[in-house]
Amino acid sequence: MSVLRAHKLSKYFYEPEKFQVLKDVDLTVERGQFMALVGKSGCGKSTLMYILSTMDTQYQGELEIAGTRLTDQDQNFLAAFRNKHIGFVFQFHYLLPEFTVLQNVMLPALKLGNKGKEEVEANAMEKLNMLGMKEHATKLSSKLSGGQQQRVAIARALINNPDIIMGDEPTGNLDSYNSDLVFEIFQELTHTYQQTIIAVTHDASFAKRSDRVVEMSDGKIINGF
Amino acid sequence: MESLLLSAQIAWVHLVSKPKQTLIAMLGVTFGIGMFIAMVSMMTGLNDLTEQLAMTSSPDIRIYHDITTERVSIAEKLNPGGITYVHHQKPKNESIKVRGALKMAESIRQHPEVKGASVLLNSQVFYNYGPVQLNGTIAGVDILEEDKLFDLKSKMKEGRIENLITNQDGILMGTGLAKKLNVRAGDRVVITTPQGFTKTLKIVGLFQMGIGAVDNVKSYASLGMVQTILEKEKSYITDINVKLFDFKRAKAIAPSLQQAFGYKAEDWETANATMLLGVIIRNILTYSVAITLLVVAGFGIYNILSITIHNKLKDIAILKAMGFAGKDVKQIFMIQSLVIGFIGSVMGLIIGFVLSLLISKAPFDGGDFLSIDHLPVNFSSTYYFIGIVFGILTTALAGYLPSRKAAHVDPIEILRG
Repeated sequence: MSVLRAHKLSKYFYEPEKFQVLKDVDLTVERGQFMALVGKSGCGKSTLMYILSTMDTQYQGELEIAGTRLTDQDQNFLAAFRNKHIGFVFQFHYLLPEFTVLQNVMLPALKLGNKGKEEVEANAMEKLNMLGMKEHATKLSSKLSGGQQQRVAIARALINNPDIIMGDEPTGNLDSYNSDLVFEIFQELTHTYQQTIIAVTHDASFAKRSDRVVEMSDGKIINGF
Repeated sequence: MESLLLSAQIAWVHLVSKPKQTLIAMLGVTFGIGMFIAMVSMMTGLNDLTEQLAMTSSPDIRIYHDITTERVSIAEKLNPGGITYVHHQKPKNESIKVRGALKMAESIRQHPEVKGASVLLNSQVFYNYGPVQLNGTIAGVDILEEDKLFDLKSKMKEGRIENLITNQDGILMGTGLAKKLNVRAGDRVVITTPQGFTKTLKIVGLFQMGIGAVDNVKSYASLGMVQTILEKEKSYITDINVKLFDFKRAKAIAPSLQQAFGYKAEDWETANATMLLGVIIRNILTYSVAITLLVVAGFGIYNILSITIHNKLKDIAILKAMGFAGKDVKQIFMIQSLVIGFIGSVMGLIIGFVLSLLISKAPFDGGDFLSIDHLPVNFSSTYYFIGIVFGILTTALAGYLPSRKAAHVDPIEILRG
């Protein structure tokens, strides 16, 4: 069953001059798939991911996630949709530095607001436990190391049980030990919990160990349809 | 509601994680509001005092025969619409007597809005102090009726007003004038009228209105005595003073009295126009200084919030990625500026109150003009209310622009680096 469907996605950059970054890209992602999006710098893989993430709305074509058509929806709807259906893991972990680890993980669930605070807190602790970060829960997030912060970011991405986790170079800023750790977490998530993951990566070993590698070049998918 | 609570929590964490910056932003507002309160309290205190003094020294409405009023010349009367023009016409030589004044006063007292009306006879006199002649006025009054209007009893520094009734040639003198003449109650003073009539009178009391313009020149005597020294008949009366229940109505009632009796009726606002001008100028001054201070505080908040937002661009981007909409982000920063505005304003009210209290305790010599030993300060809650509303409005406005900018941050630009 497909969780994400993109049809004929095209995008232009107008600065410094008109340039077509994406050329009629079609992509379907199955539920529980661990997909790596690879390609050279400037091939359009990050651009594609930001369109898939619903944050970039300046494109032509059709996008559907979890059965909801997302093309031409307004920003407020898309924000609410991201909150419920998409989790993010970025290269720079982007935790809110003034908040504790636990607060960072709880934030998307509090925003969703369909569970009480105690329940959200219990869920957050469970996710932190799963990622081996339970004992750091009450620390300020800025006090953690890079690898620890990335694990907290993954816990945060998981808190609302999203349909898709999207990663932009999730291991790009980590040493090999932590990269392996993050990779193992992703693998466990897909295989044990049927979590769909789309990750843009430069890391060849990371890509090799994923379920499916989609390679892009010059705004087109050239491998891994 | 839940989302507002969440925004408030995030806003709060932002505020307390940078306590110095928050405090500085608050102090800007505090200073502005504090100064506003202190200034407005002092200025309105002065205004109230001025108004009150104007009221004690002059009647709400004064009715008199105005012989300087411009009149139509006889040439123009005979040839209406003609080209006749009489230049530099002088007032007719007529008596300033108000005819039928006692009857008039009686009928004015029947008016439902009138508290009291008294007749009097005013004259210029010279007070002789050895070879020196001091210019002044003397008012012949029914002292009990006058007391009803101006509460003279409470203004007496020496003697009692009743002394004027028992002593036919007694006068009550203003303290300022007595000081200039170097006299006390019980002393005698020689007065001369412009017509050259001289009489020795006995000072039976001293009064103080608290305003130099009165205390330095005025004396009260009985009506009969002043009529005698002016060599006028028993019905000679120049003024009728009217006091209303509500002095603010004077301006509205005066014209109707003027029309009914055919004599000039002047309300206190017109009579004290220069004094009231001071009120207006003080108000303009207070509000312009207060607004300037608040605008400066507003720029401070705008600045600090802009810097905060600039430093938090990453946080804003990640919040948006996690599903916070533009309006949620705007809310977070608006709440911050409102908290700064509210706490800053409340501190400002406290500081303003303390300043006003200090001002009201500080000794101040009003000199010849005003007899006060402390600055008058108004502690009316209205200005505290205006202060907090002002403070919050300014911060809301100053916070709105940067908050709106935060709402429009494009997360992709920041997340892609």
